[in-house]
Amino acid sequence: MTTSPSLDRRAFLKTGTAAGAGLLVGFHLPAFASSAEDQEKKSPNPLNAWVHITPDNHVSLILGKSEMGQGIMTALPMILAEELSLDWSKVKIEQAPTNPAIYDHGTGGSGSIAGSWLPLRRAGAAAREMLISAAAQRWNVNRDTCVAKDGGVLHGARKNFLTYGELAEDAAKQPIPDFKTVPLKNSDDFTIVGHDKRRYEGATKATGKAVFGIDARMPGMQYAVIARCPVFGGKVKSFDAAKAKAVPGVKDVIAIDPVPEGAFTAGGVAVLADNSWAAMQGRKALEITWEEGPHAAESTEWLHNQFVENAGKTGKIVRNDGDADAALAGAAKKVEAIYEFPFAAHATMEPMNCTVHIRPDGAEAWVPTQAPQWAQDIIVGISGLPRDKVIVNTTLMGGGFGRRYMGDFVMEAAQIAKVTGKPVQVLWTREDDMQHDFYRPSSYHKMAGAVDAQGNLAAWKHFQTSTSIDAMWSKDGEAHAENSEFATALFIPYATPNYRVEYTLAKSGVPRAWWRSVEHSTSGFIVECFVDELAAAAGADPYDFRLKLIGDDRKIPDFSNPKEGKPLDTARLKGVLKLAKEKSDWGRPLPKGVGRGIAAYYSFESYTAAVAEVSVKNGAVKVLKLCYAVDCGRPINPDGIRAQVESAAIYGLSASLHDAITIKDGRVEQSNFNNYQMPRIADTPKTEVHVVMSKEEPTGIGEPGLPVVTASVCNAIYSLTKKRIRRLPIRKEDLA
Amino acid sequence: MAVTFMLNGKSQTVEVDPQMPLLWVLRDTLNLTGTKFGCGMALCGACTVHINGEAARSCITPISAVAGKKITTIEGLSADGSHPVQQAWMEEDVPQCGYCQSGQIMSAVALLSKKPKPTDADIDDFMNGNICRCGTYQRIRKAIHRAADLQTGKAKSA
Repeated sequence: MTTSPSLDRRAFLKTGTAAGAGLLVGFHLPAFASSAEDQEKKSPNPLNAWVHITPDNHVSLILGKSEMGQGIMTALPMILAEELSLDWSKVKIEQAPTNPAIYDHGTGGSGSIAGSWLPLRRAGAAAREMLISAAAQRWNVNRDTCVAKDGGVLHGARKNFLTYGELAEDAAKQPIPDFKTVPLKNSDDFTIVGHDKRRYEGATKATGKAVFGIDARMPGMQYAVIARCPVFGGKVKSFDAAKAKAVPGVKDVIAIDPVPEGAFTAGGVAVLADNSWAAMQGRKALEITWEEGPHAAESTEWLHNQFVENAGKTGKIVRNDGDADAALAGAAKKVEAIYEFPFAAHATMEPMNCTVHIRPDGAEAWVPTQAPQWAQDIIVGISGLPRDKVIVNTTLMGGGFGRRYMGDFVMEAAQIAKVTGKPVQVLWTREDDMQHDFYRPSSYHKMAGAVDAQGNLAAWKHFQTSTSIDAMWSKDGEAHAENSEFATALFIPYATPNYRVEYTLAKSGVPRAWWRSVEHSTSGFIVECFVDELAAAAGADPYDFRLKLIGDDRKIPDFSNPKEGKPLDTARLKGVLKLAKEKSDWGRPLPKGVGRGIAAYYSFESYTAAVAEVSVKNGAVKVLKLCYAVDCGRPINPDGIRAQVESAAIYGLSASLHDAITIKDGRVEQSNFNNYQMPRIADTPKTEVHVVMSKEEPTGIGEPGLPVVTASVCNAIYSLTKKRIRRLPIRKEDLA
Repeated sequence: MAVTFMLNGKSQTVEVDPQMPLLWVLRDTLNLTGTKFGCGMALCGACTVHINGEAARSCITPISAVAGKKITTIEGLSADGSHPVQQAWMEEDVPQCGYCQSGQIMSAVALLSKKPKPTDADIDDFMNGNICRCGTYQRIRKAIHRAADLQTGKAKSA
């Protein structure tokens, strides 16, 4: 792992330790793997790393990524099972031990399927070939006469059959085939990939047996809750633990230092008890004075004023084709609009937690994490133990959405475990979770666009100021703060000769990181609402206008990630746009009081389109229907794809229909689900998801459903009320 | 102080602070971790159990309040996931992350005990206290209707 001077999604992070010594850590989120990357790691024995077969023919497939509800515990092993021609109903799945030398653990960026497709096919194929070789040797026949079938190897001519179990021991000793050239199964012969499969661990989730991070139990474990300064960047000035220690069940009170880089912990005072509730009661009894630090005056109003001031000046030029200002000045039909977004919280249903035991001879942790390799690095750093003595068990988790990619909750637990030498579970209350999140950034966008007399896009100008994610991580990130803030907004599919994008960083002490769909959550809204505004100005149907402006089949380079980003294939974007239009019956007359809107977008190498139908009554929006079309390449588990889109839709609506995260006196004002409300079953639209049965390389779907949902809803609101929603969440007064 | 109650059909006695919420007695004292912590304020439903057959939020129920009562948790619905609501949940592939689902299922069982053939409006009303961040609501609704059919014998498990 090497350091990199520039920061992007494949960023390198400094974890920091309580002693302040840095530990440089690389984490790698491949959106797609190249064969060069595959060969960097020496191919491990697939019959050790990926498939375990017992002599009595029980097959376990190994999952190297984190299951957070997105369904890869099912979909990734399906790929292995396909190459091995296994009986899927008999397969068992195990979580891989944390071993970054073998596994690419980091789970995020909707990258698991895309990044694992080829590597897992190769690993499964290699295992299969080793099993065939073992069988051929056993029978003393030419291996070309043997075929893998029904969980074993069949020798056609004499109808010999040996199960994988009977062959496994010999197979593991075979030479490992070259992963680059190992023959892969013909996709025409797929019987598992491309077929609906029920979630593997579904039964454990319906019976309370599934083990989440917060369910981890170790003998002698203590439970800890931490009092953290409610003001971002603040710390403990002094504290008195006497009353806390007197609370029944409380065992200890420990101060932990903040780790201001990498893990970005707030530090604070930890109360340890023999049960969670006693720890919480103990914390209430702590007497702490805080040093509030440099951000104590920050507020949503202050941030908004900064945005407005920034928007009054030219920003850093990020893209500049032609001369947008001149085109706008001369435009017959011009639209100008300002869009604004608040911070958004992840609000995973399971609050943050981590369980760690650091002993002199080794450590073990149970972590609901999207980045087990980073969790391991943190515990290595704090404990001083060698990596092979630090066992990190990745548990199931009650939602990830990017929050569990962070290292803060691991660092806190490690710091406490190092002091006590006992197993400890640090758990966060809902208030802790809501007020010490890494939020989706707040941003402000000044848009200007023009349509010419032929109805073409004459100019598109986008100024953004935001509390950039990248700016939080390093000085270099700050210097290129725009890198984390635009994505597809930098290469819209709507052809225009005059395309200008500017960016100015807004300062903030509020922590930010990756929230489901990251910058696409705002870019998707901006691009698809603003193009809708231009359609209206042109007097054009929103669907026809998009199709016209997307134009011919072409591949648009990813301007936001020139080195590795896959180009936007307009044919595929038009494909989902058309499919959504058809399936939603776009032209049909709507009942009175119902509006309809459309949005289509490219994110995480996948294509999604949505048509929303809404009603607006007494200042309240009800989303009645959502009709999605999605193209994420070859589907692995189509029902899993549908589930992810249904999920992303509700998640996207959660930041649109109800509450925002607001800041006052340097702290988050919201605390629980009473003041940061969530969509509930009564809010759920009738949602249909149409999956394109593509043969392209498989790409992600955990996030792509999100960027189009609120745009399609707000475009539907416009079609009904002629009111444009330009700030989220949707406010009553904006509907009036 | 000792508190005795029936838990999943068996008598249980615990010696804890009488104010300790049932949720934490279940999870920490008794190691029944199927019931989940989500908010601590009865806003999310993740902690839903049955007390004397009624859905209750265990995070705000002090243990002293359940003395002599019958508690059922997710673990007590069936030994093997065979409860019709659990069956329907699996058939419809409802869970995603799964964390809210114990609470969802306990609420659904309670709903069906009152309304064996609930309407969509009944489902909205009764299930509105259970948050799902993964947005499985559409499948929850479908599974409740399916469970209703299974329970009234209108359908057999798939």
